[in-house]
Amino acid sequence: MAIPDPRLLVAFNRFGLGPRPGDFARTSDPREAILAELNAPQSALLADPALQRTPLILQAVYADEDRKKQERDRLAQANLARLGMPAPNVAALIETPPAAPPTPAAMSAPAMTGAPAAIAAPAMTPQVPVEQQIFRAEATARFARACAAPIGFVERLVAFWSNHFCISLAKSNIGRACAGAFEREAIRPYVTGRFADMLRAVEQHPGMLNFLDNAQSIGPNSKAGQNRKRGLNENLAREILELHTMGVGSGYSQTDVTQLAQVLTGWTIVGREGKLGEPGAFAFNPNAHEPGTATLLGRVYAQDGVAQGEAALADIARQGATAAHIAKKIARHFVADDPDPALVARLAKLFRDSEGDLGALAHALVMDEAAWSALATKIRNPWEIVVASQRAFNRPVADPGPALNAMNLLGMPLWQPGGPNGFSDDTAAWASPEGMKMRLELAAQFARQTKDAPAPAALVDDILGPTVSPQTREAVTRAESREQAFALLIMSPEFQRR
Amino acid sequence: MLLCETPKLSRRALLTAGGALYAWAHIPSFARAADARDPRLVVMILRGALDGLSALAPIGDPDYAALHGELALQWAGAHPALALNSFFGLNPAMPNFARLYGAKQAIAVHACATNYRERSHFDGQDVLESGMPGPGQVQSGWLNRAIAALPKGERVAERGGLAVGATPPLVLRGAAPILGWAPSGLTAPTDDLTARLMDLYSHRDPALAAALRAGIDADHMATKNGMDGIKPGGDIALAMRKAAEGAARLISADDGPRVAALAFDGWDTHVNEGGATGRLAQLLGGLDGAIAAFETEMGPRWKDTVIVAATEFGRTVHINGTTGTDHGTGTVAFLAGGALNGGRVIADWPGLKTADLYENRDLKPTTDLRAVLKGLLADQFGLSADALGRTVFPDTLGVKPMNGLLAA
Repeated sequence: MAIPDPRLLVAFNRFGLGPRPGDFARTSDPREAILAELNAPQSALLADPALQRTPLILQAVYADEDRKKQERDRLAQANLARLGMPAPNVAALIETPPAAPPTPAAMSAPAMTGAPAAIAAPAMTPQVPVEQQIFRAEATARFARACAAPIGFVERLVAFWSNHFCISLAKSNIGRACAGAFEREAIRPYVTGRFADMLRAVEQHPGMLNFLDNAQSIGPNSKAGQNRKRGLNENLAREILELHTMGVGSGYSQTDVTQLAQVLTGWTIVGREGKLGEPGAFAFNPNAHEPGTATLLGRVYAQDGVAQGEAALADIARQGATAAHIAKKIARHFVADDPDPALVARLAKLFRDSEGDLGALAHALVMDEAAWSALATKIRNPWEIVVASQRAFNRPVADPGPALNAMNLLGMPLWQPGGPNGFSDDTAAWASPEGMKMRLELAAQFARQTKDAPAPAALVDDILGPTVSPQTREAVTRAESREQAFALLIMSPEFQRR
Repeated sequence: MLLCETPKLSRRALLTAGGALYAWAHIPSFARAADARDPRLVVMILRGALDGLSALAPIGDPDYAALHGELALQWAGAHPALALNSFFGLNPAMPNFARLYGAKQAIAVHACATNYRERSHFDGQDVLESGMPGPGQVQSGWLNRAIAALPKGERVAERGGLAVGATPPLVLRGAAPILGWAPSGLTAPTDDLTARLMDLYSHRDPALAAALRAGIDADHMATKNGMDGIKPGGDIALAMRKAAEGAARLISADDGPRVAALAFDGWDTHVNEGGATGRLAQLLGGLDGAIAAFETEMGPRWKDTVIVAATEFGRTVHINGTTGTDHGTGTVAFLAGGALNGGRVIADWPGLKTADLYENRDLKPTTDLRAVLKGLLADQFGLSADALGRTVFPDTLGVKPMNGLLAA
């Protein structure tokens, strides 16, 4: 048997989502395989008939909220009439129906068959909120894509950028409903495109405008500001500078934050009445926009309307600090917690010289020998370990429940980071005592549910590769049962680290 | 909703709830009534290779004590073996089996094995459970094919089998219908898996070793402080009893399955195996408790019940350098149940002198385990020798079903 190129391990583990059985044998040139996936047209796009555009999703949420409110009002009035007294907390009664115990029928039913219909008629399934149904459909599609990817490099890029520009579904029903659409619409189309375009798409997406409160931000001197005595919210502007582009401590001032916040006033979400356009879509509301010129990072922006903010974002994307911030972050994600400074410098220069061409940046990372020769010191994050396990065992993903549950338990609930800085990319954050204990418990559980998998010895070659340490090979092949062998394989350093 | 919120419940509560989503924790209710004979068969697969010489010790064999060293059972001492006869002493961790033996409701078959003669756990379990001549040939088990071989409409065939555990053991997989059920307490990793992983990390990845060690220690502290209901790694005997109790309730019902398969891990005792006490004794105690749980929970159906506990192969006659035993060949199988013609050890004892051993190291198998299994299937369910030799255990017409295992 020909010895596979040890760089296959780097290709699949560091750059990808782990091999499936047979992948090593199918792949002759590891670097070419990554580039082929990267260069495939529209390889990052995710189109699925079960998944809707954000405006339609938010319209379903609006309709569901209206229906609940009507029901609350109706019950409250009925109670008042019946009891002749003020109603108790009726809302709580309606919104938290008692959870039904799982039944075999419910478990064998395909998880998401009702999703598109439910968007059209959310009243049909009141037990599962519409935003929850949408979330499950989005998660299903995302896992399916990750498991089917040839290498997984493009999906890793999607996840990297999605975490860089994260929103959280814990924010609100809107956030919960459109977290998946946010990634499909604002991240995926630009993963091999231009950073400035991704930045604009992200900051104009209803998910982000809701998550960082810009939808409610009002210029103090705008018509709405004058009328309603409400004002500026700097949240989005600060995180754009601190997290999305230049990075903390990179030379912008509080004045720059405030100026950017003023520039972005009026960037909002169309409400259910549709006064500004299609309900649930992005809109520029001139009545909320702070009038006049703004000065940001030494430049003057005199444009009217939405063009002012777009021009400001385009300039921020070109800042040297942005290039350095992004280069460091992508090298940290893929290569090492403390990456080779020369590698970071090369990536930063490429980012600047190409004016933020993200396809070129990804290409440069793959072509850089430093990204291949570094030792595998990072540990797969929870999403990566869950997907890599599914790929290694060819586990179908019809029901995303177990995978989502595993991510919850490992501290990385999908699209639900603790803050706008996203999930940690530090090895120490994931290789924690509690994290490792939980990984072991989940690996044991996963292994117990694995059947019809190849013999453990064959799987060692197929998944960990022929360069696996003798200790790991021995631990797996001398396990007392297949289940134990599979759990040890998943928990082995060669599978956990990348 | 559980699936997408940051967990607020305890981790273990969530693990259990998550487990429910996969499939089981739901016990269907079946009716129960007493009538005429209505046979039940329970198969327990002991994964990892049971040391038959420490479970049922040939104390009367003059070579035994020296060969099995500090693991050897004795008639005397602080933990004397339970005498089944003048030759064989049962591990003192199994008092219930000894009691049933006295009541003629238990049989031990010694120096037995399947036809598999290599020493791979995976392949050995494949042969034991598939009933095929070699490993890796099919994805169905002999117990499922036995159900499928029964006439349509027959009660056993109609009700199918009960698979206990997160995935059905291979022995019960196949075309015949099976019901899956798992007690939630089985979800924690075993201490053995944890120990093996810690050993691997200590050699290969000190950072992961330190993190995992700290995580396990924290979990142990939480358990000692009573913050958590289930021990990490599970109290193995408790888990085995829970599995048996649940399975017994399901198969004792009139409209429940007639056949059940359970698999118990942990028998691969290479290190510090222990003898009358210790690790193996704990497992045997768990097995004994599981058998007793069936006896109790089967109620009036115990008289129609047979349990067989079998392992993929035995272990070396000599103890190794780490006070354990390595993979061997011949071993013991335990049978229990009210339907048995019990109170017997069935063994064509080969002896333990070097020349009598298989490949100079293992207890030589003199009884084909498949003959025992076929005998049980023939007498419990009326399967013909022809069906048993062609479809249930293919290509084994030469292996005759053992007669007389059941009370007439």
